[in-house]
Amino acid sequence: MRVGTAKESYAADEGLFKTDTQKVWFGLLLAGLVLFPLNGSNYWMFLAVLVMINVISTTGLNILTGYTGQVSLGHAAFMAVGAYTVAFFDGRFDTPVLLNLVLAGAVAAGIGYLVGLPSLRIKGLYLAIATLAAAVILGFVFLNWTPVTGGLRGLNVPTATIAGIELATPDRLYWLVMPITVIMVLAAKNLFRSRVGRAFIAIRDRDISAEIIGISLLKYKLMSFAISSFYAGVAGGLWAYLFRVVTPESFPALASIFFLAAVIVGGAGTIVGGIFGAVFMTLIPEFLKLSATALVPWFPDASIYLAPVRNIIFGLLIIGFLIFEPMGLAEMWRRTRRYFALWPFRT
Amino acid sequence: MSPSHSAAPVRPPAARLDVENLSLQFGGVKALDGIDLHVEPGSITALIGPNGAGKTSAFNAISGFYRPKTGTVKLDGVDITQVPARDRAKLGLARTFQNIALFRGMTVLDNIKLGRHAHLTSGVFGAFLYWGKTRREEMELRAEIERDVIDFLELDHIRNVPVAILPYGLQKKVELARALAMRPRILMLDEPVAGMNREETEDMARAILDVRDEWGVTVLLVEHDMGMVMDISDHVCVLNFGRRIAAGSPTEVRNNPDVIKAYLGGSGDPRKAALDGAAMGEVA
Amino acid sequence: MAVEFIDIVETSLAGIGTGSLMALTGVAFVIIYKATKVINLAIGEMLMIGAFVFYGFSAGLSLPIWASVPLTLAVAAVIGGLIERTMIRPLLKDNPVSVFMVTIGLTSVLIGVVELVWSAEPRRLPEFLPSQPVLFGEVFIPSKTAYSFVIAAAAMAVLITVFSFWRGGIALRATATDRAAASSVGIDVPGVFSFSWMLAAVVAALAGILVGSVGGISSAMGLFGLSVFVVVIVGGLDSILGALIAGLFIGWLEAMVGRFMGGEFKLLATFTILLVVLVVRPYGLFGTHEIERL
Ligand SMILES: Nc1ncnc2c1ncn2[C@@H]1O[C@H](COP(=O)(O)OP(=O)(O)OP(=O)(O)O)[C@@H](O)[C@H]1O
Ligand SMILES: [Mg+2]
Repeated sequence: MRVGTAKESYAADEGLFKTDTQKVWFGLLLAGLVLFPLNGSNYWMFLAVLVMINVISTTGLNILTGYTGQVSLGHAAFMAVGAYTVAFFDGRFDTPVLLNLVLAGAVAAGIGYLVGLPSLRIKGLYLAIATLAAAVILGFVFLNWTPVTGGLRGLNVPTATIAGIELATPDRLYWLVMPITVIMVLAAKNLFRSRVGRAFIAIRDRDISAEIIGISLLKYKLMSFAISSFYAGVAGGLWAYLFRVVTPESFPALASIFFLAAVIVGGAGTIVGGIFGAVFMTLIPEFLKLSATALVPWFPDASIYLAPVRNIIFGLLIIGFLIFEPMGLAEMWRRTRRYFALWPFRT
Repeated sequence: MSPSHSAAPVRPPAARLDVENLSLQFGGVKALDGIDLHVEPGSITALIGPNGAGKTSAFNAISGFYRPKTGTVKLDGVDITQVPARDRAKLGLARTFQNIALFRGMTVLDNIKLGRHAHLTSGVFGAFLYWGKTRREEMELRAEIERDVIDFLELDHIRNVPVAILPYGLQKKVELARALAMRPRILMLDEPVAGMNREETEDMARAILDVRDEWGVTVLLVEHDMGMVMDISDHVCVLNFGRRIAAGSPTEVRNNPDVIKAYLGGSGDPRKAALDGAAMGEVA
Repeated sequence: MAVEFIDIVETSLAGIGTGSLMALTGVAFVIIYKATKVINLAIGEMLMIGAFVFYGFSAGLSLPIWASVPLTLAVAAVIGGLIERTMIRPLLKDNPVSVFMVTIGLTSVLIGVVELVWSAEPRRLPEFLPSQPVLFGEVFIPSKTAYSFVIAAAAMAVLITVFSFWRGGIALRATATDRAAASSVGIDVPGVFSFSWMLAAVVAALAGILVGSVGGISSAMGLFGLSVFVVVIVGGLDSILGALIAGLFIGWLEAMVGRFMGGEFKLLATFTILLVVLVVRPYGLFGTHEIERL
């Protein structure tokens, strides 16, 4: 193990990436992200953008649920808030894209803060139920506040335009979404190297001792709600630019379960876990679609079974990981790495 | 272990604790019934008593988890009875729990760092960037913890280990480390050596003495290990059924008939042996 | 006034009819919670699967009602037992959050299974309740509402009697109070866990048959569970009486709001109540205070 570092090198030991191996991995990842568009396929670019949007959102939920221990059943509703915010500001006032995204995050964060307020009185699963209630109420607002949300028909979203360049297609949008994703994921990683992030984990692990060391539970829970919703809001804003239309149907209750599943399957409470989970969960339906197409010669109706099979698989993944690998893909990845680090000298 | 430390930590002055007429009730159970407790600055004071006597309840009331029915808690003469638990950390009150309350998902180092939470100031934006003030603060924290706590308690070899996989004795020590990181002026330890073997017990006893001597911290401890209690404490206070039945020097308390009766009362209490063998545990 | 008195009465009665089904499903939820301390988010989907199994027997296989109902309840018991053994028991010693999330996964699985077997199309159950509307003077009550109310009320009466007097009911209550003590007096605690899930599944399936015969069935009918969720929170997670009273109340409230404000306000009203209750009285009207510790 890489412990017992010389005391002079605290700075290195406290670094974002603790070892050279990690730095190399990160470098490779960045290079991969920069080179990825060379594949030239519109389908893959769309998928890449969608995956990254889900990475942002999952990371947000991971901060709240995985790190702070507060289960949210309304995460998708915060994404919707972000999407509507972007649609509203860009559509009405033609405000700049980056400003819209910040607004999307900020509005979602503000609402997230409000939703967290009951944590003054209730905790654990009761709070989870409160988030469900909040999501239902938000859904009502989307449907009925027609002057702002467009009601049932929703809102169309203009093309994202930065410095006169129209990001109309996924391969262009990629260059907006990718840097934002990298920045937000690194920021989340930083968060847990410092006082604030540690306080979140403390609340998750043992709230009475968090209190005894002087952590205000309410303050940090609210902060976690706000940050998590900020991530969801930005992700929702990017989603709006990708799909160009937002309706009350865009983020159904099942989407919240999707993100919860991503957190669990990937590995709650680790940043890589959130990334793994989001990638994995986004790609499963695509994989199923491909399989269904491949099966058409034998089962002509294979595609109508797609949605139900996807639901079953999502559900089974949640259950299976909770029972057999509660630390998720991140833990499997860690074990594999350790195996190969020792290979071929493993005894 | 022979602690020969070069740099003693910055010492805030040891605190004095005065508890008067403290009562606490759970439904029909009178957990505490008007107890008084005076802890001199820089002393090691032990709170003892048979199981269910109310020792932990007293700790919980002093640290602010339970609102007492009557009575006051004063720190250096200032009434803190109404101060919320989390604000007592800043006043210099630190404690450990009878059933270890560590942050199980974190490493030893992060657990200890959390002890200093209330003394740090960086906020959420600094945290995202990990730059400037936040970075400086975190680096200083690390250096300070390494010097004052990790070296002191000899936790170097486990600093990056998740606490959940540590053996019980080490977990108790990490909890002490976290409390020390709070730079306490009074340290409250609830059964610091429960479940430890002889060697670990002696190690812990020495650590407690060192903390008092080198850090100049007042120590209030609850413990069933009479050998250790009699050896290291300056003052002993005995509770039974929520009442204080005796207080004084270890020798006075050991010979107090009420105390002997309390420990013998519960027909063949195993604690009798502990009380008898009190002088055996040669520590320090 | 434009709102006629008779309209209010009819709406109220219809609401209480629906409310009795919420109460019945709420009782299923409470049975599980009392015995295993699991918050079962999939209760609405358990109701749904019961309704579809009934559809399978009665419409699919064209079996008569007197055979379809017991068969459905038997299948439901098996499903409930299976869920408990394979998904819940492995996690019971873990923290409650994990089990809760398992039930979230279960929702998704059950919806998927129903759509896979029966597709997402809404369907109607065969008519089996008398179709003669019930009239109290001028007050008109749709027959299905009236009969399903009677059946739900009878089912609850049976359940409550059984719980109070039968040995198994007492074992269940003992387990709910103190698992360790129950186990030490020789109660088969894992058996009680299985039994509670089976019983709850049966009760939910019965509710599903009734709900389906009133309003038809679809893979989205698990949404009924959302209202049931509100019912048990308002009534108190571990209180059968609470589920009864809150069920009738929430059913009535949804009907009134739906009738006089518009259908879209139904969920808004109930969930606003849910939020208020959560904040003001988290353990519900009749729940035990200690469950707040969750
Ligand atoms: N949260 C609580 N709710 C109800 N009763 C409690 C609670 N905490 C303690 N009690 C009761 O108060 C009394 C004192 O308990 P306390 O834990 O303070 O004893 P103690 O002296 O620490 O015992 P031990 O040596 O076993 O740790 C006991 O009768 C106990 O059952
Ligand atoms: Mg105690």
